[in-house]
Parts: sequence; C-alpha cells; structure tokens
Amino acid sequence: MSGATLFIDGIAFWAPTLPGWEAARSAFRGESEPLATPAKRPAPDILAPAERRRAPDTVALALEVAAAAVRESGLDAATLPSVFTSAHGDLAINDYMCSTLASAPTLISPTKFHNSVHNAAAGYWTIGTDCHEASTALSAFDESFGAGLLEAATQCLAEARPVLLVAVDVEAAGALASVTDSAGLLACAIVLSPHASERTVAAFDWSLVNATTRAAPIRSPAARSLAGNAMAGALPLLEAIATAEAGIDAGSIALPLTRSLALVLVARSPLKAAAGQPS
Amino acid sequence: MPDPIAPLRIAAYTVTSAAGVGKAALLAALRTGRSALTLNDFGPTPLPTWIGRVASLEAAPLPRSLAAWECRNNRLAWLGLNGDAFIDAVHAARERHGAARIAVVLGTSTSSIGATEDAYRHLDGHGAFPADNRNPQVHTPHSLASFVQEALDLAGPSVTVSTACSSSAKVFATAERMLRLGLVDAAVVGGVDTLCGSVLFGFNALQLVSAEPCRPFDAERSGISIGEAAGFALLERVDAAAGRPAGLHLLGYGESSDAHHMSTPHPEGLGAERALDDALARAGIDCGAVDHINLHGTASAKNDEVEAALVARRFPATTHASSTKGVTGHTLGAAGIVEAAASLLAIEQGLRPGTANTRVLDPVCGPQVRIEAAQAPVRVALSNSFGFGGNNCVLVFGDANAGGSR
Repeated sequence: MSGATLFIDGIAFWAPTLPGWEAARSAFRGESEPLATPAKRPAPDILAPAERRRAPDTVALALEVAAAAVRESGLDAATLPSVFTSAHGDLAINDYMCSTLASAPTLISPTKFHNSVHNAAAGYWTIGTDCHEASTALSAFDESFGAGLLEAATQCLAEARPVLLVAVDVEAAGALASVTDSAGLLACAIVLSPHASERTVAAFDWSLVNATTRAAPIRSPAARSLAGNAMAGALPLLEAIATAEAGIDAGSIALPLTRSLALVLVARSPLKAAAGQPS
Repeated sequence: MPDPIAPLRIAAYTVTSAAGVGKAALLAALRTGRSALTLNDFGPTPLPTWIGRVASLEAAPLPRSLAAWECRNNRLAWLGLNGDAFIDAVHAARERHGAARIAVVLGTSTSSIGATEDAYRHLDGHGAFPADNRNPQVHTPHSLASFVQEALDLAGPSVTVSTACSSSAKVFATAERMLRLGLVDAAVVGGVDTLCGSVLFGFNALQLVSAEPCRPFDAERSGISIGEAAGFALLERVDAAAGRPAGLHLLGYGESSDAHHMSTPHPEGLGAERALDDALARAGIDCGAVDHINLHGTASAKNDEVEAALVARRFPATTHASSTKGVTGHTLGAAGIVEAAASLLAIEQGLRPGTANTRVLDPVCGPQVRIEAAQAPVRVALSNSFGFGGNNCVLVFGDANAGGSR
C-alpha cells in the first residue's frame, strides 16, 4: 500500500531528564543537554486531586503527555479516538499484585486491581476529558511503539479523522527486574491527522515494507541516554520530528513490527506538507 | 455516525472453554443450557466461588518446539488453535496470501501473568525469578500474540489488545481496518485469558465475585463467576466483484468509552449505546433487523441493570437476548471471542441460546431477555462486550444475505 500520509499536529514528551517536548526537541537536535537533576513526576490536572497523588506512574505520565499533545494540536480532547501503547504496562503495580498474591492474596487492594488493567491510562484519560470516543490499549513487546503507531495511523486513514497516540513505559520494579528490561520513565504522545493544518509540525508518508529491517538508529546522545526504556522504539521518530520541525529533511525511518515486516516512514518537509492536498 | 463497511468473511473459527474443546462442545452446552461452572479449586488457597475451568491443561504441555513459551495461557492458546482444525485453515490462508500478509490481532486481559505469579512464589535466593521461569517474552502482555504468531508461522503485523473485558471484541475492529486499507489480506483474531490469582482475588477485592454459579439478569444475582477460554477467527475480505459468498460475516462493530468510572458502567449505558449505534451504522442495519443478542450479562448487579435497560428501550420484543456467562463463566479478555463464536453458532445452527442458571429475571429486563433457548433462524446476531475503564465494543455478525444493501 502507498499514498498514505500522516500529519503530526501535536507532540509531547516526558522523561525525568527531558521533561517536556521543548527540552527534548532541543536535546535531540544536539542544541542542549538533558537536565542534570531529574524532574519530579508530573501530576496532570486531568486527574482528580486525590488521584493525582495515588495514580500509577504509567497513568500520570500518559495523561501528562496526552494533554500536552492535544493542547498543541488545538483539537478538543473529547473528539479524539485514542490509542495507548505500552510494552509492559505498570510494572510497579504488577510487582505489587504478584508479591501480594504470593504472601496475602485476600489483601489485594481493589483500587490497585482496577489500576492493573492495561487500559487504566486510557480509562482515566477518557474519564478526565469526558471523551466517549473509542480508546484502545496495546502491547507488542519491543515493537510496542511501532504497533501503536500502526494502529493509530490505520484508524486515522480508515476513518479519515485525527487520532491520539500515547506511548509509555516505566522502570521494572522488584523481582520483575530480573526478567523485564526497562529502565527509567519515558512517555510521548502524538496527535495524528489525515490532513495538513496550520498546526502541522511534521508529515510522513508511511507504508508497510516486507523485509528484514533493523530498527532505525538513535542518533543523539540525549536520546541514547533513554535507550534502556522499553518504549525506546519511539526515539528515532521523535528525533526525526525534532529535525523536521527545524525545517531539515528528516529522511526515512523504519520501525520493525515483526522479524520480516517494518513500518517505514518517509519525512516530508513541513512546508510541502502544509501546502499539500489532504490525503 | 460511521459509514457502512464492506462485510468480512469469517473463513474459520473455533472456541475452547470450560464447556470443552471446539465449537461442538460449546454448541451442546448452549443447546441444553448446561453450566460448565465448577466449585473453585484453582491455586493454593481457592476462594469460595465457582469457576469455568478448562480441563486437563495441566497435562497438556506445549510441543517441544514451542516450549520456551510454556505457561497456562499459551497452553490454552495452543489447545484452542488445535480445535476445529483452525490451524489447517490458517496454513491454507498462508499458502494463498503469504505469511507477511496475515495479521495476528489477539485480546487478553492478563495474558501470562499466571506465570509471573508463579515466579513470585518461587523466587531464588537473590529475589530473582527462578531459572526455569525466566523467559522475558512470557512475562509481558504480548506473550499471547507473539506466541500465536510463532505457533502459526506468520509474519504480518502482530499486536495484543488489552482493554480488559472488551479486548477480544475490539480485535475485529483493528483487523477490519487493516483489511480495508489493504495492509493485509487476512487476519487471525481472537483472544485467550486463563484463570490466575490476579483476577480471582482482584474481582473478589471489588466484591464482584459470586459465591454461587453466576445467574445473569436474575433478580437475585450476586456477582460474576470467572472463567478461562481461547477462541480464534480467520477474517478475509470479500471479493466485491464475485458477490458475497455463502457463510458467516462480520457486518459491523462499534467502539466507545463510558468516560464515567474505572470499574462501574455508566448508569444510563451511554457508552454502550454509542457502541451499539456505531455497530449498527457500520452494518447498515437498524435494531429491528437484530434476531439475537449475546449480552455482556456478567451477573454483576450494575452491568446487568444498565444493559437490560438499554436492550429494553432499543430493541423490539422479537429480538431474543441472552447471556452465555452461566455456561462458560466470564472469560474476561476472552469473552469477546467466546461470545462472537456463540453468536456465529447461533447463526449457523438457528439456535438462540438461553441464560443458564438464571431462575427469575430482574424486572428491569424487557421481553427481549430470555431464560430458555429457542430454535429459530438467526440472520443477524449482536455481541456486547463491556470492560473496565468504560471500554465498550459491540459486534454485528450475519449470514450471507444479512446486512445493509451492499
């Protein structure tokens, strides 16, 4: 398939040393350094005050970046279908659930249990924004970002409407750290649109390519410092968007989906995107 | 409202639950209203509740070539894939289309978490997972779809959908979009969820688990019975030029969010109704065309109240609605595919299942909700799946002639 174009109308990022897209964009371009002192976990005001404090990391991070990306897009959150993707979900809650089950199973907290579902962030997001649109929660191990982007791009094209993509992974906790490879916190969100607008910051032609593909390299030292997170698969595209926003040709990026299939994105320059016909 | 979609052909499907392996086992239980629930004997300290447990999984290890994926959930997936010669149908599709042109889109709520729970009961001296239970690809939600993709030797897009109890209904929507855009030529959809401590003790903590076999829509219902199941369907596009072939089709789907509460449905069923409207719009039909509804019908106080009221206000008395949870238990992330299979059986066999275990219907139910099964043709069947986080999905299935004028 060819001829599909994604227009990026809003982007957001959060990691403790790059707490926000402006900081990340500049660091990914090599124009600044990540923070020496990590920022405190965000407390998104979409959550009720009591929940801001209790919310699992995955929920707090997802809602922070989702809200920021939607704000950038100028769209109304309540109108956007959403795709949430995470390789492992909330590893701290999984650690809590499994250790409590091993020691005192009848003491499981009901709140922690309903927060343990993979779609917890999607649930809190739709509640907090009064959004009745479809939302989904996906997982695809190391390919979780690519799988989430494919689902969001597919929805965007099939239904000809903007879609919110939110990607989060957190640090492995407790005994899970002996099997699960994920360090630090990394969250990003992108509002995809099927057509160009005055908000468009970057545009990519996309297709599925049936070939054994290596993941696109992570180029900047700032992004490489986050490569241990299970959502690091998002970093090459984020670097490309940072480049495209500066008006430089960001080239093409391959996101592997399986051993012999990749989602390939080819950057259009923003000017061409804005002038182009709706696809 | 979304535009109508072109129906997709259900080229093959299968289901394995507490009722047994394969479609015939579920059909037999649905015909007689036999409940497959048994007293909970799962795990080291079983709670006093009833469960829908698949027999003999403990004695059914994975084949040696797939042994790295060993866990209860993947065992159930493998048992399920072998039901009704489903694997053969996928292999034939692989010959037709090529491995990279077939997607694997599967739903699960807890995937292999049972294996992770086991590891926590047997940590080594350093607090690490034991050496015989350390495959990182098992201790993560995508264990399910990556295992099934390898077991079927496919190479197309592969993703695990995990939206609690709507998971394996939403897989039909994701696959339909991929097929419509021509990204793939076929899709293996479905889902698997297995009994584990997380769900038994978790739903118990929410006071949603019944001490007796669940009685959906009963005036005296007292909560859910948790079950485990695996189900799969093979979806393909219909060749528009050749016309719609005989057999079963996906006519539509609707997805929505309640935006109300993490574990309680919207009191007026706002999200459920929106999913219903979108599903009907995509199928190009109205409520009057629906012969049968497989209700979500968990036997929780709130779900059944909201769902019964929705059905009562939207459907004619001739629509036969029922819940099959009394037969299989609530199979959580697998409920969508189990009940899609029950809906497809209803169309194939002209069987409108009843609501097993239920004695006296809650007065909130309209004439649509039935306790007894009935033998009558079904051209269009709906299946409802509603999950935590207010995540809703409604599917519409039909025979060769059902649906809008396409």
